[in-house]
Amino acid sequence: MVLARSEVTGRQGRARRARGTATRLALMALPLAFFALFFAYPVAAIVGRGLKDGGRWQLGRAGEVLSDPDVLHVLWFTVWQAAASTGLTLLIALPGAYVFARFEFPGKKLLRSVVAVPFVLPTVVVGSAFLALVGRGGVLDDLWGVRLDTSVWAILLAHVFFNYAVVVRTVSGLWGQLDPRQEEAARVLGASRWGAWRRVTLPALGPAVAAAALMVFLFTFTSFGVVQILGGPTFSTLEVEIYRQTADFLDLPTAAVLTLLQFAAVLALLALHAWTVRRREAALTLVDPAQTVRRPRGAGQWALLWGTLVVIVLLLVVPLAVLIERSFAGPDGYGFTFYRALQSAASMDSTFAVAPLNALWNSLAYGAAATLIALVVGGLAAAALTKRGGRLVRGFDALLMLPLGVSAVTVGFGFLITLDEPPLDLRSSWWLVPLAQALVGVPFVVRTMLPVLRAVDERLREAAAVLGASPWRVWREVDLPLVRRALLVAAGFAFAVSLGEFGATVFIARPDNPTLPVAVARLLGRAGELNYGQAMALSTILMVVCAGALLALERIRTDQSGEF
Amino acid sequence: MAEHADPADEALLRLDGVTVRFRTGQPPALDAVGLSVAAQEIVCVLGPSGSGKSTLLRVVAGLQAADAGRVFLEGRDQSGVPTHRRGVGLMFQDHQLFPQRDVGGNVAFGLRMRGASRAEQERTVAELLDLVGLPGAQRRAVAALSGGEQQRVALARALAPRPRLLMLDEPLGQLDRGLRERLVVELRRVFGELGTTVLAVTHDQGEAFALADRVVVMQEGRIAQSGTPLEVWQRPATEFVARFLGFDNVVEATVRGGAADTPWGKAPVPDGTPDGPCRLLVRPAGVGITAAADGLPCTVAARTFRGTHVALLLQPDTGPQVEAACALRDAPQDGESVGVTFAAEDVVVLNR
Amino acid sequence: MSTTRRITVTALAVAAGMTALAACGSGGSGGKDPKTVTLVSHDSFNVSKSVLAEFTEQTGYKVDVLKGGDAGKAVNQAILSKGNPQGDVFFGIDNTLLSRGLKEGIFTPYQAKGLERVPDELQLDKAEHRVTPVDYGDTCVNYDRAYFAAHKIAPPETFDDLLKPEYKGLLVTENSATSSPGLAFQLGTIAAYGESGWQEYWKKLKANGVEVVDGWEQAYNERFSGSAAGKGKGDKPLVVSYASSPPVEVLGKKPEPEEAPTGVATGTCFRQIEFAGLLKGAKNEKGGKALLDFLLSKQFQEDVPLQMFVNPARKDAKVPELFTKYGEKIDKPQTVAPETITKNREQWIKQWSSLVLK
Repeated sequence: MVLARSEVTGRQGRARRARGTATRLALMALPLAFFALFFAYPVAAIVGRGLKDGGRWQLGRAGEVLSDPDVLHVLWFTVWQAAASTGLTLLIALPGAYVFARFEFPGKKLLRSVVAVPFVLPTVVVGSAFLALVGRGGVLDDLWGVRLDTSVWAILLAHVFFNYAVVVRTVSGLWGQLDPRQEEAARVLGASRWGAWRRVTLPALGPAVAAAALMVFLFTFTSFGVVQILGGPTFSTLEVEIYRQTADFLDLPTAAVLTLLQFAAVLALLALHAWTVRRREAALTLVDPAQTVRRPRGAGQWALLWGTLVVIVLLLVVPLAVLIERSFAGPDGYGFTFYRALQSAASMDSTFAVAPLNALWNSLAYGAAATLIALVVGGLAAAALTKRGGRLVRGFDALLMLPLGVSAVTVGFGFLITLDEPPLDLRSSWWLVPLAQALVGVPFVVRTMLPVLRAVDERLREAAAVLGASPWRVWREVDLPLVRRALLVAAGFAFAVSLGEFGATVFIARPDNPTLPVAVARLLGRAGELNYGQAMALSTILMVVCAGALLALERIRTDQSGEF
Repeated sequence: MAEHADPADEALLRLDGVTVRFRTGQPPALDAVGLSVAAQEIVCVLGPSGSGKSTLLRVVAGLQAADAGRVFLEGRDQSGVPTHRRGVGLMFQDHQLFPQRDVGGNVAFGLRMRGASRAEQERTVAELLDLVGLPGAQRRAVAALSGGEQQRVALARALAPRPRLLMLDEPLGQLDRGLRERLVVELRRVFGELGTTVLAVTHDQGEAFALADRVVVMQEGRIAQSGTPLEVWQRPATEFVARFLGFDNVVEATVRGGAADTPWGKAPVPDGTPDGPCRLLVRPAGVGITAAADGLPCTVAARTFRGTHVALLLQPDTGPQVEAACALRDAPQDGESVGVTFAAEDVVVLNR
Repeated sequence: MSTTRRITVTALAVAAGMTALAACGSGGSGGKDPKTVTLVSHDSFNVSKSVLAEFTEQTGYKVDVLKGGDAGKAVNQAILSKGNPQGDVFFGIDNTLLSRGLKEGIFTPYQAKGLERVPDELQLDKAEHRVTPVDYGDTCVNYDRAYFAAHKIAPPETFDDLLKPEYKGLLVTENSATSSPGLAFQLGTIAAYGESGWQEYWKKLKANGVEVVDGWEQAYNERFSGSAAGKGKGDKPLVVSYASSPPVEVLGKKPEPEEAPTGVATGTCFRQIEFAGLLKGAKNEKGGKALLDFLLSKQFQEDVPLQMFVNPARKDAKVPELFTKYGEKIDKPQTVAPETITKNREQWIKQWSSLVLK
């Protein structure tokens, strides 16, 4: 009798666990469908078309391509420069992350916004600005006769320029919430300052640092514009090669093999990442970051602060300043010539000469839509992944990162041949652009939110449940307030990525709705001082908009956290 | 074994054969546990860490699914009822206050979840903060509270939604001794005033005996003994319970005709004790000190001052050491030779 | 298309709960409305609003324009979406890409009105009329007048001139693999020296210090000393650009100068002819034909120079003064047959890359 009853409730226990799985699957349904439809299917279709010639799989092609010494050279350079760029970025940006996490100083908010600006600028703009700094006739050339263009150093420095914010913003968010008393405890236990940092803080920061490093590696591994502009024709990454084979030669078989190669590399990378995170991730005691921030004390801390400021100025501000300078340096000395020309672009009576204000609104509208999609999809995915689970969950985790490792041209051409029939004939739809941009934004949302969500003590959620909060209320009342900061950072990243996205947008944006980067690239593609100056002016506007959006985000953030 | 005077049907909480197994192949965390708690009763589950007592609370709260068995609240089977609909309160060991909310926000949380009006929330929060001795603390940040204050806020938060059953996980575990003793008294007062039914778990026998109407001792996922604090204290059911309570005078014995043969010689046993071999406990209070000639000859091996009495460790010529408790002025010196006698009322025959 | 694929797409769409989005998307796509004709083109396509408005007035068709990156990418996209095109008419396939498009069969033949006024040498598909020539332009070496005046050297005129010692280290060109003018320049040398001789020419050009950058923007805006954008900081007085670049340098300058600051080495030009064609599977074939006629109309042809900086295909179209005054007429441009280009394109680029870049 007792046995029989146990049998029944045993089944109920299993049913409860099954319900947990069901909830998770329900949360995953939308992200999964999103990725299946707007990523996996288009990419599989274009790769499939490349590998399947005349209805038969052409796998021999893979061997041919992979044994080509040119391809091997490209592969080696891709890996090498990505590793070097990531290392250099971490080395330069981690002290910056500490400064932003722990120190209070005037102008901090402004600076936080400034460091994020490069990240969202289109590579074509940054490339020109960087050339003006380290290139021939650039600032360094003028002062010391130092030229770095067409050397690998220019590429590495530009990668640091782009990705500084990725490390600073990803790591300092968590760092500011780590309880400094833990490090103090280690110091009391006899650890040196460095030892305490290495044994207590570094492991706690591990997931965030790993996530940031992974992102930087992915960005630089798939680097396209920077390598092309600064590296000259001699340096080529896998991404550049895929682009050429697809867009220029329409050699889909070769492109497919290279895409798969890049895919394999990215997957290996993600597996490595998952492994390190699993080893290191632990429930952390998080505190209000306001408690850990203070003014620097002592010569060492002031030196660190000033050192960081100098790095930011030299590496981030100067190239941007060159850009601004060029936008004002008109034919008759400094002035607003190019800005005025932007306004009168319509007077050329050209159908597609879109006034800059329009490109700006287009960018903002696309950005808002893309951010919304990325937040919904990424937020649901992060919620589903919060509780650690089996292989399936980890697989899903990795899946979300894949779009970062796939060429925009592969996705763009994939869209072209898949989303071409009702009910999904999106090829000329306005929504195609934000959807493509959100694809890149989702990994940011997940990567930024997941470490914080997982760091929330599970018993805090249980405490809320016992007090009568349904799972949804638990998320709203416990998780959301604690991850609000991460959520805003994620939203900022998604928005910024969308503002700066160029590779996919240039294919699919309608000509009467160009985004700012597309408009800039068009202007740069034409001869004449006027066009070039307008490109610089438009880039400056883009820069100001990004900085403004990021600064606004900083404000919202403090206002809301002040509520509690 | 866990039978109580009240019929099980009238129990507010009843556990029926609850089993939880975290990993197959390992012993279960809870092994067919049956337990009832009557309305307004304060029950304390006592056991060493790892005995499954926290798991017990989590099963009742619905935070942990049982692999077998059922939980009834007011006679209703709780299988499939999610945590937030069970109407129980749980105070976590380390309080788990919501760091981003102030004291008032923490206490009002459960009321908000039940859709209470703002006025009702404010009134209840004020009443409860008065009750736990923190009047007017609504706007204070939880991070700025001392351990004891956090504990009171956690209590107020758990009480606010008027749960039909309040569960406490090591409620006083992290507090210092003086505070703990004061709070035990306060807790009993508060529970009494509100008529709350309480299921607490602790590893501290002092806490359990001070707080509980009834104590349940757990051992490796099973209930070893259940009874009033006095019953458990005076008549530990098993050697495990005896030793867990700090009684070490446990020896192998054979009962024959109203007396037991022990390594210390003959000892009296309570009336009606059946003949045969058994394990025998002599509570230290039942060990009498006499002149060396009048009892079992022993040497005083150690004496420890315990405030109200002195604990003695006595070494007989043969057999294991004997623990004794005696008044300060009667206590012999270290190394002194004394005689030992056993009082029948303090000799307990233990279940195997 | 296959039923399985349709089912897959439908199922996924429903699963995503994105039917609303999809409906919104398909509602927005062009080509369904018989009063709209969709033109697919590359990024450089441009036309005056007033001219387009005239077309709508004359025919009742609204024009919807979709752009798909640079010329090469736009053509490749059109090839990929063969049979289910994004629009009705494609504009912007040039003679370097033409035979690829013709081979893939993405066009429906149509003889546009006004074709008789287009010179024969521009009509590369005269037999079948699958494509209609619309404009042409030349890629040539541009020179910085100020530099050569200051150094009292005559600017180069021919490919051979570029090998002379006085021009050592002065020329910057673009990567054939990534840049359309770069490839055009290479094709010019292939036309001039033949399939057997061009590699030898490039070896010498390399020995004479030719510099290669990836894109036209970089070459012209950053490296060329004659472009206003370079602010005189560029150190290369010779660059591979367009025959129309000198007039564009003058555009918007006040007061108007006597001559353009840059000039064209007229013996180094390669001609690119741009074509338009009716896409196979067009939803609005009638409107597409009307649009093709319009592309050869006098209004559109005369709008072309200032919008796209190329020359109109029609002999009788008037070219604005800016081009007659500051531009140079290229009489004997180099050309290579489209079939030959398509056949050898990849191999030539590969050979060029290992010859020049390594």
